[in-house]
Amino acid sequence: MNEPNDAAEWLVLAEEVLDLAAKGGASQAEVVVQADDAALTRFANSEIHQNVAESDARLSLRFISGQRIGVAATGRFDPAALKALVETAGAIARNVEPNADFVSLPGPGPRPIPDLPGAYSAATAEATPELRAEGVRAVIAQADRAEVTAYGSFATTTETITVANSLGVRASAARTWSQLITVSMGPGGGSGYAEAAAVDATTIDAGALGQEASDRALATVDAVAIEPGDYPVVLDTYAVVDMMDMLGYLGFSALAVQEGRSFVEIGKRVGSELVTIRDDGADPAGLPMAFDYEGVEKQRVELMTRGVCTGLVYDGQTAAHDGVRSTGHGLPAPNSYGPFPLNMVMEAGTSSRDELIGGLERGLLVTRFHYTNPVHPKLAIVTGMTRDGTFLVEGGKIVGPVRNLRSTQSYLDALAGVSAVGRDRRCLKGFLGGVVVPAVRIDSWTFTGATEH
Amino acid sequence: MRDLTERALSTATVRGATYADVRIVHRVDESITVKSGRVEGVASGESEGFGIRVLVDGAWGFASSHRLDGNEIDRVAADAVRIARASATALRHRVQLDDRPPAHGTYATPVVEDPFAVSLETKIGELLAADKVASSVRGIAFTESTYAAMRSHTIFAASDGSYTDQTITHVGSGIETNAIEGDEHQRRSYPDAGGGWQSAGYDYIRGLRLADHAGALSEEAVELLSAPQCPSGNMTIVLDPSQLYLQVHESCGHPTELDRVFGTEASYAGTSFLTTDKLDAGFRYGSDLIDIVADATAPGGLGTFGWDDEGVAAQAVPLIKEGIFVGYLSSRETAPRIGRQSGGAMRADGWNRIPLIRMTNINLLPRPGMSLDEIVADTDDGLYLRSNRSWSIDDRRLNFQFATEVAYEIKGGKKGRLFKNPTYTGITYEFWRSCDAVGDERSYVMLGTPNCGKGEPGQTGHVGHAVPGARFRNVQVGVGKW
Repeated sequence: MNEPNDAAEWLVLAEEVLDLAAKGGASQAEVVVQADDAALTRFANSEIHQNVAESDARLSLRFISGQRIGVAATGRFDPAALKALVETAGAIARNVEPNADFVSLPGPGPRPIPDLPGAYSAATAEATPELRAEGVRAVIAQADRAEVTAYGSFATTTETITVANSLGVRASAARTWSQLITVSMGPGGGSGYAEAAAVDATTIDAGALGQEASDRALATVDAVAIEPGDYPVVLDTYAVVDMMDMLGYLGFSALAVQEGRSFVEIGKRVGSELVTIRDDGADPAGLPMAFDYEGVEKQRVELMTRGVCTGLVYDGQTAAHDGVRSTGHGLPAPNSYGPFPLNMVMEAGTSSRDELIGGLERGLLVTRFHYTNPVHPKLAIVTGMTRDGTFLVEGGKIVGPVRNLRSTQSYLDALAGVSAVGRDRRCLKGFLGGVVVPAVRIDSWTFTGATEH
Repeated sequence: MRDLTERALSTATVRGATYADVRIVHRVDESITVKSGRVEGVASGESEGFGIRVLVDGAWGFASSHRLDGNEIDRVAADAVRIARASATALRHRVQLDDRPPAHGTYATPVVEDPFAVSLETKIGELLAADKVASSVRGIAFTESTYAAMRSHTIFAASDGSYTDQTITHVGSGIETNAIEGDEHQRRSYPDAGGGWQSAGYDYIRGLRLADHAGALSEEAVELLSAPQCPSGNMTIVLDPSQLYLQVHESCGHPTELDRVFGTEASYAGTSFLTTDKLDAGFRYGSDLIDIVADATAPGGLGTFGWDDEGVAAQAVPLIKEGIFVGYLSSRETAPRIGRQSGGAMRADGWNRIPLIRMTNINLLPRPGMSLDEIVADTDDGLYLRSNRSWSIDDRRLNFQFATEVAYEIKGGKKGRLFKNPTYTGITYEFWRSCDAVGDERSYVMLGTPNCGKGEPGQTGHVGHAVPGARFRNVQVGVGKW
């Protein structure tokens, strides 16, 4: 057949490859296709300097012979390439040791995987370079107004994911996402950030983001040095994303718990009563995703409920290990890191932004973190720099910008110190997926160093 | 392939491009992961496609596709031109490229033993053997041994007549072992965190001899569980090559990328403190002992090639000479802005990514005089830090903080007891100025990383770093509370 053009046609191709695998001796087989049409317009110094588009597709076959597993992938879809793919995966399976932890691929769920209409936007799928350039010009216009310089990117992506396996799993859907990020920089070292992510690119208000970043850049001119130390903080939404990413990376995976490297113990209190975090692929406030890369419908998983660890995300193998059902959080095979929460949502609180800041007698407002990395994974101690808007707050009011600081902070201690949660949330792009987060106020945050800007 | 490249360039030019280039890339890869005594995953991959980059009205456009046929080439070339015209609607400075002679020729990584010809059984067997030794030590929670190889065949053609054909082969392998007790999780890895990587054949993998190191590695991981916490304070530190290469990467490689300096990474990875006013102005980056060169010709490096991805020949570009900042990593677009020719550092992560300024092999040159052991022997009181565990640096590449897997106390010129959870921090140029000993050829080793992130959409770069060990004085050690 010709190369597929949509989710239904990819499913037909996947079934053809399953047939080839069965004829090749597979006791079970799984085909995953990821097809992307992605474009990104990048700007710096208030002009477009990179502008790219790609059309890509990759088919991966998991060939299983008893407990022996081989995986092969290709970006070519002619009959000879697919035949070679099956032969390669089969040869790998025949040559590896049995994986004693492997029980079975997942079978079909108890109900058909529902469509998530909110996961796809035709406007994003059909977005043109002219539309992205228009958004960029709107950002630049705001920077020009403020006499600062604009930097950033505007991305539009359509992902079609298809999963089929020999036990009858059939899942195929297209989803879209769009993201606009911008940094404005001005004289005197001013720097401000703004970002939005959405399923529908046309809902992103580029001008508003340009204004937000530009206003923040103006507010950070001539930042002053402040001594590192422990400060109460308000973390803006952009900074909270980093906490969600790290907690997902370090702790909420069932494999991390099974290997003993996670901080999670079900029933253990980690955060304050105000902290509730879940993973919800169906939440329309995020970037929805109906099923995982094993074709399992995504379950809503309560990861932390009012500060207490209440759940983990599972893929097929970790679920079999614990004798439970997969929650639909498998990543493409082979994957030694285990399942991952791709749609994390932090529950909103009741505080306005002014109320969050108003609760700081003397503390810092952090817009975002830069280049964070775990120092002590099991205690979730993470180091990183502040960036693009760090402010001193006194008496509940922002009194001025401060130079960027390095923090070395346990994110678990931070969760325990959450004293207020914002009522407004943003959808932002996280490390691997969409994240929906409010701003938070935290009683103490440890800053361990400073830089020159 | 010439018919396809000529069609791409012709279509782009007819549509209005004043410059065009096309890359057709075919890449194969394989990976093996052994975890705690069992084969966790074996994968083989193949990818093929092309990317067309054009200049129209002084603005860039780029489009790419995995469908390698004439009609798709026409569509993608037209798309690239349309995208460039959209770029031109928000343009303030027309792009000017430096002149360089058209590139012609072929290049292939020298390979003694083709990694793709070695049997799967052999590769898995070597990982299982190492893993068995590592897992047999009491107290080990889990182990992971990895192997990967990739080969890219790239045809590059440009509207100036350039046509090159390159085949690059990279291999990597390593072992890590983990001990966990309560809240303490200690990891040790060999040859460094993330494995050892080179542009080479399977002969490099055999030379790593993972199994020979696995037992001692695990014993050290277990020992770290009960080792004292690394002390805090301003101290002398000696960095093993397994840590020093990443120090070079983060605090010397990235800041010298000229696109960062000009702001084109500002919204994502950040900018650089190394502004152009510091070039040819005698800016002291480090002590007199510091010589750093970007050398795309260095044998075995992950940044070794024949031509970069805009057809500039591989070369060695001095970045820091006797401590003084003297050069940048540059491209045909950025170099003319500082009055220089491209240093040949434009590299793309596959057919579907535009070339960016990337590190090639950023090497800290050895200094005749002392071996690394002699540097330790010459140190009265300090720490020897080995194998990176964590890294972070600010958006202008000034304030950095690293953690290593292990610290060894140095007293009276001898390495002694272990400390766990070591960290150190500093400001880039202050740190490099504090270097008072650089090891000689005896510890000089080519290392590298296959996962250097940069750009939007994200690109993963393979970059090399040949480094010896080195000593630094008065460094802040021990950061954070736990």
